[in-house]
Amino acid sequence: MKTDDVEDVEIRLLLEGVQRIYGYDFRDYADASIKRRLNHWLAESGFDTFSQAQSQLLRSRSVFESLLRGITVNVTEMFRDPAFFHALREQVVPFLKTYPFVKIWHAGCATGEEAYSMAILLNEEGMAGRYRMYATDINEAVLQKAGEGVMPIAEMQRFTRNYQKSGGRASFADYYTARYDRAILSPALKKHIVFAPHNLATDGEFGEMNLVLCRNVMIYFKPALKERCLRLFDSSLLPGGFLCLGLKETLERRKMGERYEELAPPLRIYRKRYG
Amino acid sequence: MARAFEAVVVGVSTGGVHALQKLLGQLPAAFPLPILIVQHISADADGGLAKLLDDRCPLRVKEADEQDEILPGTAYLAPPNYHLLVEREGFLSLSADPYVSFARPSVDVLFESAAAVFGPALIGIVLTGANFDGSQGLKTIKQKGGTAIVQDPADAEAPQMPQAAMAATGVDYVVALDGIATLLQKLAARRSTIPHDEKGRDD
Repeated sequence: MKTDDVEDVEIRLLLEGVQRIYGYDFRDYADASIKRRLNHWLAESGFDTFSQAQSQLLRSRSVFESLLRGITVNVTEMFRDPAFFHALREQVVPFLKTYPFVKIWHAGCATGEEAYSMAILLNEEGMAGRYRMYATDINEAVLQKAGEGVMPIAEMQRFTRNYQKSGGRASFADYYTARYDRAILSPALKKHIVFAPHNLATDGEFGEMNLVLCRNVMIYFKPALKERCLRLFDSSLLPGGFLCLGLKETLERRKMGERYEELAPPLRIYRKRYG
Repeated sequence: MARAFEAVVVGVSTGGVHALQKLLGQLPAAFPLPILIVQHISADADGGLAKLLDDRCPLRVKEADEQDEILPGTAYLAPPNYHLLVEREGFLSLSADPYVSFARPSVDVLFESAAAVFGPALIGIVLTGANFDGSQGLKTIKQKGGTAIVQDPADAEAPQMPQAAMAATGVDYVVALDGIATLLQKLAARRSTIPHDEKGRDD
């Protein structure tokens, strides 16, 4: 049968073609997840096999765009892992407040849920006007969505629960207006966020950041690309700056880990040492 | 000759804490295959289950971390709120992708990714549960030539998951929970009849 082997070969060829024609390199994405996402895309695309899709994919930008959307969308929620946002508020913000102005890089922001969560938190802590957040993603379609700040109303119950558990100081309903089945986030939250495209596999660092947040993005990468991302974050961060990773991501067993101390151990908040 | 099997995957839901204690508790510390487990669990759970099982079982039990190397004599539990997957290079990976079969972690995701890597050298087990997660995954395992074990629905705290698996695919063994550890040891001792360099491929 060897069906599996054929598909693996097809996927390898397809990713190489995509890299050569469009410059997006997914060859360093972890196989198991990208394979699931590619199969999901294939099932919706109308093509029977990846080989069949390949011909169109390499010639039609719009087919490629649909693939890009299909394989790079990360899902998240507002105040995902409330304990993390609680620690951010209690243990990190007091340090950030000592600066007149702070710069934050949110890498892999997807549709913006966590960027807006962070903006709510900083504004509540009195930092409005004293920070700029660069929220980046490889996928320009999701960035556009992020910039709109509109979420399905059905999610608000879960987000409200998360917000309350994370130590929110206001009523979550103050931050959005309900209209039909959508929740429109307050425009004030966008004021200090810059949404911009950035590809962690090929683009460079953001200079002099006080905080870099990249949660549940590197889990989709192979070790070499993970290493590249961590180097990128390390060179972006000022001494004394903070690195926030997903709950299952760690600097343990990594060389750069020596230059960081873990602030809130199970929550993966690291602080870069001075000198 | 190499072993016929290289890994065991287990899917379990309602009644899982008890079932896993019993199954893992009956396996020796030197059980020669790695065991990868999805137990449906609340998104806010804190890793306590892995610790409890590790304390009570001879095997080493841990919550899976990303990039964990897959080692024999070790049982890896999918962390809350993440799918657990197997990479070709012999390590584990995690994903925060949407729910599959209404679950994250999902049994189907683990089973399908493990089947792609281990092919006929995989044993899949569906235990007690009140939903149908795992049935598509077990079907994939069978399609790739692997071996399927299902807990006897009459013996399961919640029979739906074993029943759904049996409805989705033919299975090799239907056994009461008590008999699964012995069966696993027998299968783990089995030697491969195909040359080593052919293993993992479909015939």
